Amino acid sequence: MDKLFVNAGAGLEQWMVSGLGLSSIITNLIMVVIQVAMILSFVLLNVLYLVYLERKLSAYWQQRLGPNRVGPRGLLQTTLDVIKLISKEDIVPQAADRKVFKLASIIVFIPAVMLYAVIPFGKDMIAVDLNMGVFYFIAISSTTTIAFLMAGWGSNNKYSLIGGMRAVAQMVSYEIPFVFSILGVIMLTGSLRMSDIVAAQNDVWFIVLQPVAFLIFFIAGTAELNRAPFDLPEGEQELVAGATTEYSGMRWALFFLAEYANLIAMSALAVTLFLGGPAGPWAPSWIWFIVKVYIMIYVFMWMRWTFPRIRIDHLMHFNWKFLLPLSLANILVTGVGIKIYQWFIQ
Amino acid sequence: MDSQIKLVEKLVKKFKEKIEVFEEEPGTFFVEKDTFFDVMTQLKEKYGFNYLVDVTAVDYNEEIVAVYHLMVLPDCKKIKVKVKLDKQNPIISSISSLWAAADVQERETFDLIGVIYEGHPNLKRILCPDDFEGHPLRKDYKVEARR
Amino acid sequence: MEISRSQLQDKNLKTQEITINMGPQHPSTHGVYRCVLTLDGENVTNLENVMGYLHRGMEKLAEDRTYTQFIPYTDRLDYLAAALNNIGYVETVEKLLDIEIPERVEYIRVIVSELQRIASHMVYIGSYALDINGFTAWMYTFRDRERILDLFEMISGSRMTLNYPRIGGVSHDLTEEFIAGLRELLKDLPSCFDEYDGLITGNEIFQARSKGVGVLDAETAINYGISGPNLRASGYKFDLRKAEPYSIYDRFEFDIPIGENGDSFDRFVVRMEEMRQSLRIIEQALNDLPEGPIQAKVPKVIKPKAGEVYHQIEGAKGWLGYYLVSDGSTKPYRLHIHGPSFVNLGVYPEIAKGGNIQDAVVILASIDIVLGEVDR
Repeated sequence: MDKLFVNAGAGLEQWMVSGLGLSSIITNLIMVVIQVAMILSFVLLNVLYLVYLERKLSAYWQQRLGPNRVGPRGLLQTTLDVIKLISKEDIVPQAADRKVFKLASIIVFIPAVMLYAVIPFGKDMIAVDLNMGVFYFIAISSTTTIAFLMAGWGSNNKYSLIGGMRAVAQMVSYEIPFVFSILGVIMLTGSLRMSDIVAAQNDVWFIVLQPVAFLIFFIAGTAELNRAPFDLPEGEQELVAGATTEYSGMRWALFFLAEYANLIAMSALAVTLFLGGPAGPWAPSWIWFIVKVYIMIYVFMWMRWTFPRIRIDHLMHFNWKFLLPLSLANILVTGVGIKIYQWFIQ
Repeated sequence: MDSQIKLVEKLVKKFKEKIEVFEEEPGTFFVEKDTFFDVMTQLKEKYGFNYLVDVTAVDYNEEIVAVYHLMVLPDCKKIKVKVKLDKQNPIISSISSLWAAADVQERETFDLIGVIYEGHPNLKRILCPDDFEGHPLRKDYKVEARR
Repeated sequence: MEISRSQLQDKNLKTQEITINMGPQHPSTHGVYRCVLTLDGENVTNLENVMGYLHRGMEKLAEDRTYTQFIPYTDRLDYLAAALNNIGYVETVEKLLDIEIPERVEYIRVIVSELQRIASHMVYIGSYALDINGFTAWMYTFRDRERILDLFEMISGSRMTLNYPRIGGVSHDLTEEFIAGLRELLKDLPSCFDEYDGLITGNEIFQARSKGVGVLDAETAINYGISGPNLRASGYKFDLRKAEPYSIYDRFEFDIPIGENGDSFDRFVVRMEEMRQSLRIIEQALNDLPEGPIQAKVPKVIKPKAGEVYHQIEGAKGWLGYYLVSDGSTKPYRLHIHGPSFVNLGVYPEIAKGGNIQDAVVILASIDIVLGEVDR
């Protein structure tokens, strides 16, 4: 069971080479396409039901019922919502910078999907096991900032502009403690490769060795995702919808999709770095992966529906005056700890 | 009530024929337009009417009467000041420099009744649209019949 | 090292102020209110009120209706506290008519007023929380408010636009069902208030967003004619129910909660505490509720003698005043409604300047306006 997908992939490849007599280059190409398709469908399907999950969970926390009209228990609600969004007119405001405006909605979605290339979905289930996987993840995820700035600037709307600027200020600042918190884990493993990090957690999860780093990672990750209480770029009560004010229909849906895709990716990274990755007893690793990811997502949602939004200057103060020094201190303590450990071993 | 009557008597002594006491209601008096601002200043500074309760005006067909309700805050002493204004040219000095509360209320009265407050920093329509014609609370303003 | 504005300009880095319209369609203007913000980055340098989008000409309408016919119109003033508007209006007419009101009616009116005050404050608590994105708190307050509205439905047939009082009485007597429901509600509400305290008042982010934001000292508040809970939040202990007891408020025991700093947080806390005090009043009124008629003897056609009256009550948003001029006919000659939200909004530009755009939203939420009352 554990190797279900791995074996299926290997079997398919074998059959293509020996059964159909295709050359190995073409086989590899086809396999890459299949992998991309698998990842895309994984992301899209999860996003579809994450929206439903979030609506249901928020309803539960708020003592409401949530969607319950379309399909059994409202399960088809989001599917039909997407169909509605696709069928809507593509409106580009007259005063907008058309190219930038249109490009932004695409640019925001591409990195969200690209992130999944390095995520270990299970044992040996990683599309590309880069030797600098974590670095790749950080580099790609930070490009989302550009999309928000483009959306804010291209819309030619003052609310959007403020939202875009907020997005840049927030995401660039929180990138720093975010990376520093990951550094603690990297120091312990000595590798940026995702599979190495997972393997290093065989005995003990890094959330035990690096609790402070995990907290910083979680907070900075929330800020990176623009989720409440750090959803300032959207800032409904002040900025209507922030950078995405002028977007509608499928273009808006792409932003929405990217937000949830990033949420899954961020949760997957948290699972990989701190919660032992896909490893776990009894059940196949890919089931453990999904369970852990959904636990993380649950916590992210719980945060969102409990806390009010923070103010922009508090946000910056919190980052530069608290999170950043704390993450640096964490690195120092980790380094000293490693040295002492090595000294004892010898 | 007694203190209000005493107060009005004091004011009458000071401003003489400029003040006309309204017999039917204690604590109410008419002031002439030109001494109005002085009376209000006196009321605020000397008699401690620190709270402006309400500013409005009533259109009595032949004249417009501006009505001011004042109050002393902790002990709730109230007084009502009225000023008769010319219907064609209802100008009165603004008291927004004495009580900031008068600012919006004078704008409202200007908008709806058309009393012009001299010395108001920003006298323009507040409830009706800027291009609205006429002053709806005047008695001669005709409301369109209901359909 | 901080870079000053002049230094920025020296380097030819020009900054520009932007003007932005908040409203009339905006998530946090609580209706169709608009303010023109001048922003320097995120900081508000100037703010201008623009209102009147909901102006229906109530005062003109009153001149064309009989005294009784105007009662349902008052529902639409502060539509979150309809009963208080109704009661304020009928009391004004009764003052003009100079009629004696049966004891039971007074008690019923006090109970309904205080229930309405709680319902209105609940919307305030919820919408304040919503304006800082505390969506869950909003649902909590609305869950409990719904129970009050259910009670209102029992006595008047309507949840929000009650049209319950009549000149000299009330339209329906309190039923057994209502009293039982009310007793149960009185038992449950304190724990609900504690729940809000836990979810909102004690929240670190909420406190950081509200404390020291939109400070309004008592002197400025009085100068601007601020009334009701907003004035008390500035530390000025004054409540019309105590200072100038109308109706039968002198028979009840309750405290006047006041704030210390006059910031948004105090305005919030004062209202939280007021809800608890209202509960005390309701409890006392319910225990003393006498039997008797629910309608005074009033003439079939209400025709007050010529004269005028100014009556003000402690509304949910502030001091709701009615200035009623009668010329002896069946219709009011002139009715002026002093909406507390309207006057309270006058100070908004003053206290919102200097903060950032998020503060402006919080301050607007904290002074509690209802556009039905602002625009009339």
